[in-house]
Amino acid sequence: MLDSALILELAIMFIKVFVVGSVLFALPIPLTWLERKVAGHIQVRLGPFRVGPHGVLQPLADMIKMLLKEDIVPEKADKWLFRLAPIMTLVPTFTVFVAIPFGDKVRIPFTGREVALYISDMNVAVLYILAISGLGIYGIIFGGWASNSKYALLGGLRSAAQMISYEVAMSFAVIGVVMLSNSLSLVEIVKSQSGGFLHWNFFYLPVGPLWFIIFIIAGFAETNRIPFDMPEDEGSLGAGYHVEYSGMRFAYYMLAEYVAMVTVSVLAVIFFFGGWNPPFNLPFHLTGETAMFVNGGWNAEFLNLLAAVIPLFWFAGKVAVFIYSFMWIRFTLPRYRYDQLMRIGWRVLIPLSMVNILVTGFMRI
Amino acid sequence: MLLNYLPVLLMSGFAAFMAGMILYVSSILSPHHPYREKLTAWECGMEPVGDADTGHFRVHFFIIAILFILFDVETLFLLPWAVVIADKSISLLAYIEMFIFIGVLAVGLVYAWAKGALDWI
Amino acid sequence: MERLFFLIFASVAVVSALCVVLFRNPVRSALALMLCLLQVACVFVLLRSPFLAVVQVFVYVGAVMVLFLFVVMILDIRQAELEAFFPPRNRWLMYAIIPVITFEFLLVILGTSFEGFGPGAGGETKVEVIGRALFTEYLLPFEVVSVLLLVAMVGAIVMAKKRWD
Repeated sequence: MLDSALILELAIMFIKVFVVGSVLFALPIPLTWLERKVAGHIQVRLGPFRVGPHGVLQPLADMIKMLLKEDIVPEKADKWLFRLAPIMTLVPTFTVFVAIPFGDKVRIPFTGREVALYISDMNVAVLYILAISGLGIYGIIFGGWASNSKYALLGGLRSAAQMISYEVAMSFAVIGVVMLSNSLSLVEIVKSQSGGFLHWNFFYLPVGPLWFIIFIIAGFAETNRIPFDMPEDEGSLGAGYHVEYSGMRFAYYMLAEYVAMVTVSVLAVIFFFGGWNPPFNLPFHLTGETAMFVNGGWNAEFLNLLAAVIPLFWFAGKVAVFIYSFMWIRFTLPRYRYDQLMRIGWRVLIPLSMVNILVTGFMRI
Repeated sequence: MLLNYLPVLLMSGFAAFMAGMILYVSSILSPHHPYREKLTAWECGMEPVGDADTGHFRVHFFIIAILFILFDVETLFLLPWAVVIADKSISLLAYIEMFIFIGVLAVGLVYAWAKGALDWI
Repeated sequence: MERLFFLIFASVAVVSALCVVLFRNPVRSALALMLCLLQVACVFVLLRSPFLAVVQVFVYVGAVMVLFLFVVMILDIRQAELEAFFPPRNRWLMYAIIPVITFEFLLVILGTSFEGFGPGAGGETKVEVIGRALFTEYLLPFEVVSVLLLVAMVGAIVMAKKRWD
């Protein structure tokens, strides 16, 4: 039953899960620094500058501080659920990344073995991502409820209602993408957008840009970022659902928020901006076969690897643009009021996307 | 094919395990000095009054949740439709069917709107 | 190997289903129910129906449970309030219904021969196949679903309107 090929496959799978999971855990280190630097420069200050050159060691200092903080569990809280809730928020945000492709298959030099730059290519990846990212809401509801504090409970209810309202709009936008690419597999969706930027779903005029706008607004609301960060509405709610949390458990909520932000950026790139496809066709094709034909020998192996790794840079570059714009918007726009937020979700985005589905369907017949 | 879904378990296990380990390390390193004031719920510095979960929240949250379920189910039917819509042999029929489907649900949304279920104030 | 995974999922599902009934606190029951539904989704994957599995997570775990929790939080869930809502003298009704439902389930389970209920021979069920069947063969049920959803929406709003007026 357990032959060597299967063991090798399982080992590769373990390594991929370990690498992706570790990168996600380490993600706040560059992102918090970047966020504070962006904030500083937008507000004409320097941002963190003391710890290390240009403050690059600041996130490490923050991490040590978080680790050393007391883990306070309120007396009247449901202690068991209170302790569990942050982990319940964290785990689904990580699990979403199982289905996300970062690049195509890569051939490792001198072995002739292909390794895919994704953990799993599911046939139902789109629905999987919607379903699993929807589970993050429970950590928020349970956290708010278990605190047994009025502000926390109201904050939890509010952000839960916000997330489910915008999840509908988000699902509709994703359906728009599926209609344009006719597949539920993310690898297929990326491949359907190959061949220059005019093939990207964003440029499927006139509906593409509209889908993107619906998607990105819903994405901002789903991740509880400004201008939709009701849970952190200090003016009316204290700190919302995590008002009673401290130390590492509080940090987990923040980590989940950062990972969710990266997820939305990654999905925006995959759905609308061609994933790892370059925006224009290169004049020369760096595929393995041509390189092998020209050079032969071990040079070809490295050219081969290079050809496979370049798309990864395209992907990372596009994602970085989105992450930056998340930060840019955070320090540019004010926060919406809660009733305005619900109105945008239910009265603008949902009717708009229902009409847009019919228009897109008409174009695809 | 089942191997495609094993990483889901692996990743959730990994994330939960790492989260637990970090919490354990933190519990060793961090101080622990509880006292009564620290352990009360935050209520703008006043003494908390009563329990939080005594049900004084708006029924609108309930309506939003119901609407969410209905639209979720609609999404579910839209997904297979979106996959087959470009298939010329059935696309026209499927499009007309979906037009009716969305039309009926739009009536529901308009009803909710007119009855003020979407008003938050 | 597959059998081992099935045993794990099935036993966790049964234990968590028991927890749903045995926990005194409704929020903890909801948590146990979530776990149970997730295990059922895992069993669907083992049956080579990943679409059904994600549907289970998407609708039941992702949406229906939110409604449960909202109701629990909006209503007062303490003993006294619940008894006013569901007075003890009506409990005999519940005790009468339970054996009837148990009997029905036993009848259905024992009366079904589970041949051909395993995973399909053709591997994974594809979404395209489901879509094609839904929009050709099951045309009428599909449209009936939309009317059902409409009725549910109207009904919920009518019932809730009493509370907010």
